[in-house]
Amino acid sequence: MNDDTPVLEINNLGISYFVRAGEIPAVPDFSLTLKRGESFGLVGESGCGKTTVAMAIMSYLGNNGAIVRGNIIFEGRDMATLSPEELRQLRGSKIAMVYQEPMSALNPSLTLGLQLKEVPIFHEGASDREAHDRALAILADVNMPDPESLMKRYPHQISGGQQQRVIIAMAFLAKPSLLLLDEPTTALDVTVEATVIDLIANLRKKYNTTLIYISHNLGLIVKVCDRIGVMYSGEMIEEGTIREVFKNTKHPYTHGLFDCIPSLNADKYSRALAPIPGQVSLPHERPPGCAFGPRCRYFEAGTCDAETVAIEPINGSSGHRVRCVRWNEIDHQPPVPEVDLAKASKRVPAEVLHVDNMDMFYEQRDMSISALMSGNSIRYIKANEGLSFNARRGQTVAIVGESGCGKSTFAKVLTGLETATKGSIRFNNENIATIPIEDRDTDLILSLQMVFQNPDGTLNPSHTVGSAIGRVIKKFGLASRRKDVNKMVAELLETVRLPASFARRKPRQLSGGQKQRIAVARAFAGNPAMVIADEPVSALDVSVQAAVINLLMDVQKKYNTTLLFISHDLSVVRYIADTVVVMYLGQIMETGTAEEIFSPPYHPYTEALLSAIPIPDPDIKQKRVRLEGEIPSVINPPKGCRFSTRCPRHIGEICDNEPPPDVETSPGHRIRCHIPIEELKKVEEIFQSTATE
Amino acid sequence: MTDQLPTAKPAPVKRDPSVAPDDMLMWILGRAYDTVNRILEILYYVIRGTLSWFFLLRESPAAMLGLSLIGFWVFVAIFAPYLTSYDPNALDYAMLADPTPSWIPWEDHWLGTDELGRDVWSRLIWGSRTVLIVSPIAVGMAYLVGCTMGMLSGYLGGWVDMLISRISDIILSFPVLILFIILISTVGPSAFNIIVAVTVASSPGIGRIVRGLILDLRNHEYVDAAKIRGESALYIMVVELLPNARGPLIVDACVRMGYTIITIGVLGFLGLGLPPPDPDWGGMVVKAKALISIWPHMAILPSIAISSLVVGFNLLADGLREISMRD
Repeated sequence: MNDDTPVLEINNLGISYFVRAGEIPAVPDFSLTLKRGESFGLVGESGCGKTTVAMAIMSYLGNNGAIVRGNIIFEGRDMATLSPEELRQLRGSKIAMVYQEPMSALNPSLTLGLQLKEVPIFHEGASDREAHDRALAILADVNMPDPESLMKRYPHQISGGQQQRVIIAMAFLAKPSLLLLDEPTTALDVTVEATVIDLIANLRKKYNTTLIYISHNLGLIVKVCDRIGVMYSGEMIEEGTIREVFKNTKHPYTHGLFDCIPSLNADKYSRALAPIPGQVSLPHERPPGCAFGPRCRYFEAGTCDAETVAIEPINGSSGHRVRCVRWNEIDHQPPVPEVDLAKASKRVPAEVLHVDNMDMFYEQRDMSISALMSGNSIRYIKANEGLSFNARRGQTVAIVGESGCGKSTFAKVLTGLETATKGSIRFNNENIATIPIEDRDTDLILSLQMVFQNPDGTLNPSHTVGSAIGRVIKKFGLASRRKDVNKMVAELLETVRLPASFARRKPRQLSGGQKQRIAVARAFAGNPAMVIADEPVSALDVSVQAAVINLLMDVQKKYNTTLLFISHDLSVVRYIADTVVVMYLGQIMETGTAEEIFSPPYHPYTEALLSAIPIPDPDIKQKRVRLEGEIPSVINPPKGCRFSTRCPRHIGEICDNEPPPDVETSPGHRIRCHIPIEELKKVEEIFQSTATE
Repeated sequence: MTDQLPTAKPAPVKRDPSVAPDDMLMWILGRAYDTVNRILEILYYVIRGTLSWFFLLRESPAAMLGLSLIGFWVFVAIFAPYLTSYDPNALDYAMLADPTPSWIPWEDHWLGTDELGRDVWSRLIWGSRTVLIVSPIAVGMAYLVGCTMGMLSGYLGGWVDMLISRISDIILSFPVLILFIILISTVGPSAFNIIVAVTVASSPGIGRIVRGLILDLRNHEYVDAAKIRGESALYIMVVELLPNARGPLIVDACVRMGYTIITIGVLGFLGLGLPPPDPDWGGMVVKAKALISIWPHMAILPSIAISSLVVGFNLLADGLREISMRD
């Protein structure tokens, strides 16, 4: 086979699922051609058919899915004509796939070595010795330290990031000609994600593998792919090279996606997010003509809903294609949505929350005999240590950090689910650090409410929306008569821009974004002085995310509430926060206003975090700072600086042995680091624009 | 954008419960109206819920078969006085010579008579009343106790869990039948004592199921949300958690109904059932077992009655499980 034959050719593919209600056309029409060594990114919001296409390429659609039209030609062979045995040979050797959840992709009862060796043994009949050597080589390729001992370990003995590396190693082990990656880094922390992305990009070049990278994150696609396809409701609506699609966007939906993403050089005072109105129409209720029609601002009756829109090439470009009838008529510089937020006045608002040197240690009892003998039967997990910061009325304070840094523990202490071990939290001048929720009075409970991360878990599936919100109203004594309660529920639903009829719905009849709106309504019901939002948008699609962020800010402004925004997503934080607190392993590393955090001097950890943000703009180059190693255990944290084990700017023994001082670089901006402040100030900006205009 | 300050929502006006409102009559009327409204609404949801279950069940043949078997016995139990002309305890000495059934429904004694000349059909249908009253009450009681135990140990944990789990272990370590015999033979056979015995024997098992479900459910964020608005542990257990455990519990309740019916039959067989002369399926079998080679219908018909009802509940449970798995 010569190099010009495409590795994968998908022609007018149509995929349907057959369920009780009938046929659901998940993917009506999809075409794609991939050359050898090409890397293609597939983006779109959840439910747009990305994974269905990937599964169809693997010829694995489950019991109720089927290809109803078109064909998939892989290396010159039509996949539909292959026998189950031939397919089995193909999967894992010629086509490999990496899934989102690393833990469930590895067999927990087999050693990693066994699982890696299986690939060459099964597909190439390699000997055990040979397979072992190849497994070791590939593990070195994915930068795993000490491959020999890793081969003997079980999946649960390594971290999530390492598991995903092992899976990627396994995928590359058979030297596949096509590799499908389905959201491979969504379950990982940002700094780990950055290293895994680098790894995929490097291996791809080394093995010249054709790649399909599925993601909802445009920033990641920029780092890995040459070409990109944007999917909407089962159809490819725009396709082209990264630069073509990002810089010469033609489809209104792609425009919409970009407008939803907070950018790093703008905050809420300078640019508003523009969520796409409406929701994705269900596959069996797809409107005639353009599927995006009902949500499109350029919709023209008679033109857009007349007949099925074909994907057509854009003049002067070979690969840039768009599925829009009006692409050459519409204005591609849409008006920037107006910002309706005035920068806070000079007057400094009153302090609502003042955290002073707060510690929260979990006690862990070790009942083993040796622990009892040595007298060390109680160990402390230092979830929070020495937290100090404050929050002012009407402002947004963001707490940033990776999983396990103690940000959720702090939220628990604040809401009274846990109590602090030491120090104080003054909330409206009352120390609440050691008052558990049972001992708090209604006024205090009502003024400290919370919005949770997971939209599916935040509402009780057995209760209607009306009773969920109504209970809060009754509980807080805002109203007791049924009629009054119902009226307040309707008002609150209106505040979060949902129709009053939603009060009768059960959570399963709502989308993720709607559930999160209900959660917001519930938290703001009692007009709280402070709302804690624990990753409120990280489980949502970008367009929904933008809508929920806008909503949170609107409601916050209406009630002049202080918002404590816990997140790992720095671009959202840059957009929404007034003050940022960066946490690592239970300690605050850096605090300051958003501008101070996002420009030098940086704490080395902040620097690494910023460097890891996936930015959906091919013109912005980030300085590359990658963290090696794993986050140490909170039971036994490093003696000196908590960050010393992974710090890329480690300056010597002082880092390992002495806790760093808390240096104030400018009023309100504090950095906890041994490196002299003058030196930190010399660090260059992480983000550099390389636009050549 | 104007530079006016955002206005905060006015603080809510709270009603002081110790002070009577100005217009007491209107207030009482309002509360009464609310209550009636509430009851009607609950009724509406219960009926709609039942109907929607029924429509779901229609798609499972097993469940429909089970439901019709149960439906048959429920119908017969309700209309027992109209379905037979004989008193279940009346003796017909004329039939003692040949109690063989005619198998023709409209003839006298169509299912024959027993060893004392009592009509088998009337005894069966009157006997179904006992079974269909005693077993649901017994299972209901067992669920009341079992759910309480399970919720307390699952949600509160710690020493409460330890205590309840160990008590359960002790009860569960007895073979069920021996436990029954000990309990009933100590307190004497009666419907109430059977209910008590079933409650004692089944509630630890139910408690374990509920405990497991609660352990899983209590990690959901809506539980944290409830805690954060200051709900009591009781509210969280009963209102937030229990409704979400209902799926597996309904299935288990159906299976348990079947077991309880068997248990009542077995107790009757061992002479620990309802005291004679009231009809009791298990008792009918044991009295007729000596004559089984001559007149098998006396023992076999009540056995069929027991097993058809048990099979009915088991099929219904299977169907429910099938439906709950599908969604």
